[in-house]
Amino acid sequence: MGLKQKLHTLKEKYKGKKIAPAFNALHTFLFTPNDTTHGGTHIKAADDLKRTMNTVILALLPCLVFGIFNAGYQYHLATHEISAASSGFFSSEFWNWANFAVGAWKVIPLVLVSYGVGLAIEFVFAVIKKHEVEEGYLVTGMLVPLIVPVDIPLWMLAVAVAFGVIIGKEVFGGTGMNILNPALTIRAFLFFAYPTWMSGDKVWVHGAVERANELAAGMKVDAISGETILGSLAQNKALSYDTMDMFLGFIPGSVGETSTILILLGGLFLIFSKIGSWRIMVSAVLGALTMGFIFNNVVDAGWISEGSKFFGLMSLEFWKHLIIGGLAFGIVYMATDPVTASQTNKGKVIYGFLIGLISVLIRVFNPAYPEGVMLAILLMNVFAPTIDHYVVQGNINRRMKRLKVKNT
Amino acid sequence: MSKDIKIRKGLNIHLKGEAAKTLSKAPRSRTFAIRPKDFHLITPKMVVKEGAKVLAGDVLFYSKNHEAIKFVAPVSGTLTRIERGAKRVITELLIEADIQDSYKDYGVLKPDTADAKTIKDLLLNAGCWPFVKQRPYDVIANPESTPSNIFISGLSTAPLAADLDFALSGKEAELQAAVSALSKLTEGSVHIGVAKKGNSPFRNLQHCQIHEVSGPHPAGNVGTQIAKIAPVNKGDVVWTLAAQDLVIIGELLLTGKFNAERIVALAGASVKSPKYYTTKIGAEVATFVYDSGLSDDHSRIISGDVLTGTQINPKGHLGYYANTVCAIHEGDDYEFFGWSKPVFKKISTTRALTFSWLTPNKAFDLDTNTNGEHRAFVVTGNYEEVFPLDIYPMQILKACMVKDLDQMEALGMYEVAPEDFSLTEFVCVSKQPHQKIIRDGLDLMYKEIG
Repeated sequence: MGLKQKLHTLKEKYKGKKIAPAFNALHTFLFTPNDTTHGGTHIKAADDLKRTMNTVILALLPCLVFGIFNAGYQYHLATHEISAASSGFFSSEFWNWANFAVGAWKVIPLVLVSYGVGLAIEFVFAVIKKHEVEEGYLVTGMLVPLIVPVDIPLWMLAVAVAFGVIIGKEVFGGTGMNILNPALTIRAFLFFAYPTWMSGDKVWVHGAVERANELAAGMKVDAISGETILGSLAQNKALSYDTMDMFLGFIPGSVGETSTILILLGGLFLIFSKIGSWRIMVSAVLGALTMGFIFNNVVDAGWISEGSKFFGLMSLEFWKHLIIGGLAFGIVYMATDPVTASQTNKGKVIYGFLIGLISVLIRVFNPAYPEGVMLAILLMNVFAPTIDHYVVQGNINRRMKRLKVKNT
Repeated sequence: MSKDIKIRKGLNIHLKGEAAKTLSKAPRSRTFAIRPKDFHLITPKMVVKEGAKVLAGDVLFYSKNHEAIKFVAPVSGTLTRIERGAKRVITELLIEADIQDSYKDYGVLKPDTADAKTIKDLLLNAGCWPFVKQRPYDVIANPESTPSNIFISGLSTAPLAADLDFALSGKEAELQAAVSALSKLTEGSVHIGVAKKGNSPFRNLQHCQIHEVSGPHPAGNVGTQIAKIAPVNKGDVVWTLAAQDLVIIGELLLTGKFNAERIVALAGASVKSPKYYTTKIGAEVATFVYDSGLSDDHSRIISGDVLTGTQINPKGHLGYYANTVCAIHEGDDYEFFGWSKPVFKKISTTRALTFSWLTPNKAFDLDTNTNGEHRAFVVTGNYEEVFPLDIYPMQILKACMVKDLDQMEALGMYEVAPEDFSLTEFVCVSKQPHQKIIRDGLDLMYKEIG
């Protein structure tokens, strides 16, 4: 008896029992079910939600791999064990086993905790509510480790994931029903619950916090700066990184957000596969550029002095906003979440544009927490239904007008 | 004034087993069946009793709510059985056919000179009224209403559906008679959509407006054509007829007989030699399915096309409105890592490791597997790609699901029929039953507002 037949027998055995959703989740992971169509169309297209989610994960994998190497690279760079990458994207200073070992040691546990806690909660809810385990968390679970600082304690991540999945998603009814992007809910929870861990200049490079504690204890070691570019710009420090490094991603930051080029490739893949909305991505980029351009002009017009606390970020060339911080990552992977984004095509354009606009706005005017894209997306998540309402209302009004024309 | 229709949004689904353009005569069926379920929302009131002899065209039953709407026997024979289901609802009437049909004579009627009332009475009495459907609600038309327009689609774009140019060729006289008669029943006109290319028998008809239609499926759905020619407003009623049924109406007018003869396409990947058959409404499909042969015993027989048809038993009977019978493989098997591995043998509108976009003209062999499980709505924007109406498909489906009558009306429920949502159902990543949701929504509106 083959595996297929054995599992089928088990499925029949568990049918109607409490354990069924949990078993089916594992079963359908191995085998696409033998369900056939009833009523309605007799044939169906090849895509299901698992395939859709899987495509997003595929698009995220390069960011994860890069993030692992970068975690090690930033650590070794800060401890002066290696020199900066010098020969472009494929520099041997970056892609080596030492970097991978340190990075994997830090990043893989994040992935495991994220999936472990999140999926466990999903299974429990599926069993309690007697529905199938839905696939939404597959993507969320991959996003979460990529948008947190590398040194975040695992218990903190576990608490945040539990909060995000239960309050952010399950209370609304699970995948497809949530209002806020679950991954960003998790990150927002971390940010507001443990602000010292999620901001400041110590958390973005592995070892920086530890080293600071050792220094405070009186040990004679060099300090490690774990500052992000946004953090230093917000303090009006000069930009210390090369543009190419920022584009390629050899900079400190959340685990998976740094490499703009890989994010760009991931975005193109999502657009090509028609899984990600090009409308949201393109309009968000335009929104960010627009806001950056406005700020550049404010600086050029001399309305703001060099002493102003907004000067550093306002004077940053407008297009550079896209290659620093989490803006690109947020636009490609988070803003495009179909459940929490606008659902109409026109709405998506407005929604995306405002995300770009507000991200840069928050960056510039909120130096305490210079990463604006998280808050911008969460804010627009809340407004997405409103945008859709007015777009759909346009359609309704057109229909009413047609009726009026006919009746006069 | 005719308006040509060109649509861009949609999807042509090419399937294996398209019917070859050869016509055979199906062996005479021993029994014929009428299923009242084919007539949505009609409660039958029997006129004849079990065991009675009937002529082709004799009234079998009428609608309880509209006594004028009568349903007649497609052949002459003996009504052998009235099958009843739960709550004694009539599920099937079985007629054992005579060897040769004898017809009830309704008298010849010249549509050019007859007035509207005479035509309407004839259609009602001779059992042709069930061919006339109305929107809103996609049900058999209320004979007391006057439609603002009548729409007929003269082309079919659905996968494996019968090619109307072929199936109706040579029937110009009947079509003309039917169209002339129908043109008397509307205050507007009879609009007929024909394929831009091809030799449609409708092209040179009088008393109607011909519209050239081009684009992918659902260009051939009458709902798409209505939306582009004159969309249904609140308070409007339009009638729709299927092209093949016009032949029966035309023959009634010209000869006085209700001749239920129909050319049916037998198609699908399981059919050994897919082609066209001449048969009659309600005939056993086995008469021609086994004539052509099935290559796979584990097949599903569908009365109608693969997107909108009804599954029937291999020993079952042709549906009242069907002009296509399909046989496709049942897909009740598991597929190892079916959700993650690259897919070459199935159709998809995305490119998520699915490769049907490389070969848009290749014919696929799709089975009845759902390719995934039922989920809540998640993905957005993919319905719009295949949905040419100026309606928000996901929003109207959700309005139906929560039974929000005001919103359903505002979003355009009066304009749609379940078949308009067959393509969105096909591409739905969450495997939601769109046509059923819309049907239930329409039924609710009919009950509450209609």
